[in-house]
Amino acid sequence: MEIRPIMSALMRSKVSMILIGLQVALTLAIVCNALFIIVERAHLMNRPSGMNESDTFVFGSNGFSEGFEPYSVMQSDLALLRGLPGVVDATTTNSTPLSGGGWSTGISLAPKQKTPTADTTLYFVDAHGVNTFDTHLIAGRNFKPEEITQMDQGLRIQPSVVIVTKALADKLFPDGNAIGKSIYMDEDPPTSTIVGIIDKLQEPWVSSKDIENTLLVPGYIPYGKFTRYLVRTEPGRRDELMKEAEQKVGAANTGRIVGKMRSMEQLRHEAYANDRAMMIILSVVIFCLLTITALGIVGMASFWVAQRTKQIGTRRALGASRGAILRYFLTENFLITTGGLILGGVLTYGLSLWLLANTDGAHLLPWYYVPMGFLCLWVLGQIAVLGPATRASRVAPAVATRSV
Amino acid sequence: MFGYYLELGLRSLRRNPVLTALMVIGIATGIAASMTTLTVMYLLGNDPIPWKSSKLHYVQMDNWDVNNPYGSDGKPPDQVTYEDAQALMQAAKADKQAAMFKISLPIQPENKELKPFQSLGRATYSDFFGMFEPPFRYGSPWNHDQDKEHARVIVLGKDLNEKLFGGQDSTGKTLRINGTDYSIVGVLDDWKLRTRYYDLTNGAFSDPDEFFFPYTTAIDLKQRSSGNNSCFKTPGDGWDAYLQSDCVWQQMWVQLDSPARLAEYQSFLDNYVNEQKKLGRFARPLNNHLLNVTQWMKDQKVVSRDVEVQTGLGFAFLIVCLVNTIGLLLAKFTRKSGEIGLRRALGASKRDVFTQFLIESGVVGLSGGLLGLILTGFGLLAVRALYEEYKTVAQLDWSMIAVTIVLAVVSALLAGLYPTWRACSVQPAAQLKV
Repeated sequence: MEIRPIMSALMRSKVSMILIGLQVALTLAIVCNALFIIVERAHLMNRPSGMNESDTFVFGSNGFSEGFEPYSVMQSDLALLRGLPGVVDATTTNSTPLSGGGWSTGISLAPKQKTPTADTTLYFVDAHGVNTFDTHLIAGRNFKPEEITQMDQGLRIQPSVVIVTKALADKLFPDGNAIGKSIYMDEDPPTSTIVGIIDKLQEPWVSSKDIENTLLVPGYIPYGKFTRYLVRTEPGRRDELMKEAEQKVGAANTGRIVGKMRSMEQLRHEAYANDRAMMIILSVVIFCLLTITALGIVGMASFWVAQRTKQIGTRRALGASRGAILRYFLTENFLITTGGLILGGVLTYGLSLWLLANTDGAHLLPWYYVPMGFLCLWVLGQIAVLGPATRASRVAPAVATRSV
Repeated sequence: MFGYYLELGLRSLRRNPVLTALMVIGIATGIAASMTTLTVMYLLGNDPIPWKSSKLHYVQMDNWDVNNPYGSDGKPPDQVTYEDAQALMQAAKADKQAAMFKISLPIQPENKELKPFQSLGRATYSDFFGMFEPPFRYGSPWNHDQDKEHARVIVLGKDLNEKLFGGQDSTGKTLRINGTDYSIVGVLDDWKLRTRYYDLTNGAFSDPDEFFFPYTTAIDLKQRSSGNNSCFKTPGDGWDAYLQSDCVWQQMWVQLDSPARLAEYQSFLDNYVNEQKKLGRFARPLNNHLLNVTQWMKDQKVVSRDVEVQTGLGFAFLIVCLVNTIGLLLAKFTRKSGEIGLRRALGASKRDVFTQFLIESGVVGLSGGLLGLILTGFGLLAVRALYEEYKTVAQLDWSMIAVTIVLAVVSALLAGLYPTWRACSVQPAAQLKV
């Protein structure tokens, strides 16, 4: 329809056209890539840890008094915790998912194997571990109380039985049927037998590439005189029980320091704090960028309308309808935006490739982000130009007859 | 003339308040985005000890598994074993040297009003203080003899001294930690480290160390590190086996006062590892690193990838804002072709017109920069709220304020240059015809 006259008009203000196009191109490239990063981070943050996070809390106890016996204190602490009304279960554990610190090791299927078959984290728990984490056995059995051994930090870890997550079981024994199989946790025998498989329980490190590989060891392993407890409560009673546990455990033995009670929700909040910050910052960038680009289009279109008031009047006097004028400016904007978007598509993938080459664990932008971005910026451009275009369409034909 | 052009510029800016506001806000947000991110990046990566960062070197040796490198990139482990740290400390071939590890212990205050509490500190050698130069408020570091004697002495950080002794001079007093009495020999003053660069393995932004005591004493008391410990095979049973194992859990720093000393130390280190190879250790190829402070910070990615991406996007955003401003100024100046034509016809030179319009864009840039500076302050506030660990680096800093203003004015002048050039190439005759 009117593309030819629009093009020839545009060619008369090439620089302005190029500037708007460039702005649209950069906006597309940044918005697409920023949005993709946000989506990827959201995906990371939404991974379930495999444990009950809403009703569970964790805390440490560190003895200092002379004659402090970590083992017996641990037993009376656990009895106290499990006896509190509202507590579902409690266990000792060296670490938890989302905590960022723990024990990792390689698992082999043969003695003195050169490269371990799988890397995993170890959680040292008692027979209440599976229940306290609230993870689920999908095969085999739980630990028996008599299997829980007292270990020492300086000793080799060679438990007779272990429980593994499904992910670790599949990694070690891809044919399935890991129950009853033997694994090497040390380079020499004795081996450990897998007696149970739980559906899911993450490693403590959220950026680990083996995050789903976890192995439960039936044992209690104090760190010096430090013991960590994990407590699960009835839904909704966590916060009151955190206070109660702190006070009662503290009073039960004053020869130690009871560390801060921390809910698993708090641990999750901290574990993903950087990802959340990145998401918020990128969202703000996207918002500001779209606003600036839209305002730029409004400003430029307003200027063009003002500059061409006389021509618009002439066209109106020669019989062009208001709709035709409106359409003229909308089409003009569409053409400029499209030009910018084509350049922007190239820039988008350039930026994505650069991020891919320079960032660990980055992925190439999926193709559909670009058409989606096109659509968004077309709509944004049309909305931005609507105001000035409407003003243009209201220019009276009589304007043409006036001299400036 | 400047005053007159300034007045003209201001009048012209007042005539289109919306357009002017748009340009100023555009520049301001662009500046704020780029300067907020740049400040964080700059302060994160900033040299923490510029007067001697090139003399302090972090020792890395590759004692790892012959079949599996420590890192996928083939780098040696980021810490050293007890045995190797001991060998280097005893050889004492550097100008200063300090092995160290992180430690977490219960403090038992004499003051019964204070409950015992857990505290993070560092076991190290007396050279630590000479190398990293923390300021002392009271007393002084322990000495080399006390290192050798495994003395029960301690240096307190300012905060811990505040908490235990109300900030008084506590040197000479004793402090009970985990059942052992230590005699306080020194108290640090404020030691503001943006990054705890001497132990990047255990968190560059962790809380500062609250106390320091001799490494030899910690080993004597069999106190394990509370920091990262990595083993490629199980260390065997017991404390002595652990000390002799290939587990890495200590940081080793040396001070080498000249490039010649660095070269000497490098060959000493290579010899040491080659000797150890004969004893059956260090099965991997020789790969000793002696990175200095800034190189080590870079190696450990103290400036995270996220921060770099944010800074990149911040500047891309600034470019968009500038393109936006160019467009708007161009539109504005082109509309004034008539006025320009008139002024030129009345005798103004191209140069005069150029100056006038450049001043106008300079005013836009300066106001954008000032507003941008305020927004940068808010931006950094937001970064502090978002990144708990960056509280020491998300701060306005004088050099960054200067950069902000310069960046704003330069950006606005650059953005104004093309429109201004276009404005002054107006032909007077063409504009005066009606």
